[in-house]
Amino acid sequence: MPEINMFRRVKLFIIYIVIIFCIFLGLPQLLSSYFLHVLILILYFSFLGSAWNILGGYAGQFSFGHSAFFGVGAYTSSLLYIKIGISPWIGMFIGGILAAILGGFIGYLTFRYKLRGAFFALSTFAFSEMLRIIALNWEFTGKAVGILIPLIQGGSLQHFQFLNKITYYYTILFMLLTIWLVQYSFDHFKFGYYLKAIREEEEAAGSLGINILKYKTIALIISGFFTALGGTFYAQYMFYIDPDITFGTNVTIEMIVRTMLGGAGTVFGPLIGSTIIELASEVMRSLLGEYKGLHMMFYAIILILVMIFFPNGMMGLLRGKKKEEQKGI
Amino acid sequence: MSFLEIRNLYKSFGGLIAVRNVTVSIERGEIIGLIGPNGAGKTTIFNLISGTFPPDSGVIIFEGENIVGMIDYQVCQKGISRTYQIMKPFNKLTVMENILVGAFNKIKKKRLAMEFSLDLLNFVGLYSKRNDLASNLTIAEKKSLELARALATQPKLLLLDEVMAGLNPKEQNDAINLIMEINRKGITLLVIEHKMKIIMAISNRIIALHNGEKIAEGTPEEISNHPKVIEAYLGGKDTLA
Repeated sequence: MPEINMFRRVKLFIIYIVIIFCIFLGLPQLLSSYFLHVLILILYFSFLGSAWNILGGYAGQFSFGHSAFFGVGAYTSSLLYIKIGISPWIGMFIGGILAAILGGFIGYLTFRYKLRGAFFALSTFAFSEMLRIIALNWEFTGKAVGILIPLIQGGSLQHFQFLNKITYYYTILFMLLTIWLVQYSFDHFKFGYYLKAIREEEEAAGSLGINILKYKTIALIISGFFTALGGTFYAQYMFYIDPDITFGTNVTIEMIVRTMLGGAGTVFGPLIGSTIIELASEVMRSLLGEYKGLHMMFYAIILILVMIFFPNGMMGLLRGKKKEEQKGI
Repeated sequence: MSFLEIRNLYKSFGGLIAVRNVTVSIERGEIIGLIGPNGAGKTTIFNLISGTFPPDSGVIIFEGENIVGMIDYQVCQKGISRTYQIMKPFNKLTVMENILVGAFNKIKKKRLAMEFSLDLLNFVGLYSKRNDLASNLTIAEKKSLELARALATQPKLLLLDEVMAGLNPKEQNDAINLIMEINRKGITLLVIEHKMKIIMAISNRIIALHNGEKIAEGTPEEISNHPKVIEAYLGGKDTLA
C-alpha cells in the first residue's frame, strides 16, 4: 500500500534527522578546538548551501547572486549593533526580513520577464555587485574598511558573542536543523511539489494551475531570508565583515559548489557536499600550504568531475544505488 | 451561449500568420476533432486557448467569460486543461507525484489529493508504476501520464494534442477507450489527431484547418468527402496531374 509506504518513509526520514542531529549534538565533547572550528564551518556552509538549495535545488532557479542576501544580513545586524546597539540576535531577523524583501523585489523583476538559466544568474549577480559597490563607497557602511564588531570582555549571550566555540556550534546546529525541517516539508507538501514541478517543466507546471511567478518569488524570499541569517552568523563568528567578503562572489560560489557536490534539491546534499569540501580543503591546506591557490584548483577539479560523472551529486549516487538494489529484489 | 466560443481569432509570429480568423463553437459534452496538415495552426489554437500566449485579436469565451488575457494557470483554474504534443513530464518526480501536482489544482488537502491521484492512476492503468520516476516510462506510459496529469486538475474542457502519436495499434485502442470513458464522465474534449481513422471514430464533429484558416466543419462523413479537405491533404488537381 502506498499510504503505508509513505508513512514509513516519513518515519525513516525523521529518524535520520534525529540520529544525525544527536551525533552532531554529542560531537563537541570529543573534539579539540581546531576540529570544532572545522565542524562549525561545515555546518555553517551546509546552512548557507541549504538556503541556496531552496531556490537553486528545489525550484531550479540558478542564482549567482546569493551573496547579496548574505551581505544584507551581515551588514544589517552589524550596523544596527554598532550604530544603535541593537542586539545581533534581533538584528539577525531584521536582516532576514530585509533580505526577504530584497528577494521579493529581485524575484518580481526577473521572474516576471521569465528570465531563466544564465540570464537569471546574471541578473542576480548584477544585484549582488550593485550592493557590493554601494557598501564599498558609502561612508555609513564603513567603505572598504568594513565593520569591526567591538568585542565584549568575557563574551555575552545577549550580544551574540561567545568565548567558547561550543556555543557557536550549537547556534549553527540549531539553525541548520531549522532549515532541514523547512526543506523536509518541501518533500512532503504542496509547496515543495510545485517548486519541483517548476524546476522540471515550467510550461507544463503553468498549464497545471501553478502560478509560476508567485511560487518562484516565494522560493526566492525564503531562500534570501535564510541566507541573511547565515550572514549575521558569519559576522558574529568572525567579528569582521567587509564588502568583498560579504557581497563578493566567493560566498555564492561556496554555496553553489557544496550544494551541487552533495546533491541539489535534496535535504542532506549540502551537508554531504560541505563535509567533503571542508575536510578535503583542510587536508590540502596542510599538505600544500606553501602553494597558495592550489586548493582553489582542487575545488575546480572536483566540481568538473562531479558535473561529468555525478550530475545529481553524491545524494544522486546514493539514491541511484538504492533504486537498483530495490529492483534487484 | 456555447460552452466554448472562439470568435475571429488571429495570431501571427513575425510575418507568418499562424491562425487566421478562426471561429469555432463547442457545446458541452462534445468530442471535437481538430485536423489539418502540418503547420495548419492546430497547436497554436491550443496554445491560445490555454493561455500560453495571447492572440493578436479575437475572443475566446469559456462558460460565458472571456478568457483572453488570462495566463496559463488562471485558464487551468477556470477548468481547461491540456496535454502536449511534445511530452513534458516532470522527469525527476515519480509518476504519483506528477499526478499529485495536477491534483493540487482543485484539492488542497494532501491526503485527499493522494487518494484522488491513486484512483486516476488506476483509471489510466499506471497504478503499478506509481513509484517509478517519470523518466523511466515508455512512450505509451508517458502519454498516459500526460493525460492523467491533465485530468488530475479536474477540467471541464480537455485539450488533447496528439495523444496517440507513436502508439502501437493495441495501445491506440486502449487510448480510444480511455478518451470515450473520459467523455462519458462529462468532460468536453477537443482533440488534435493525425490518424484519420481514429479521429473519424471518436469525434462528434470535426474542424479542418489549413494554413491557419478553418476550411471545413461538420460530421466525420461530411469532412471526409469535403473537397477542400481532400485538396488540403492530397494537393489540388493541378499538383496531382
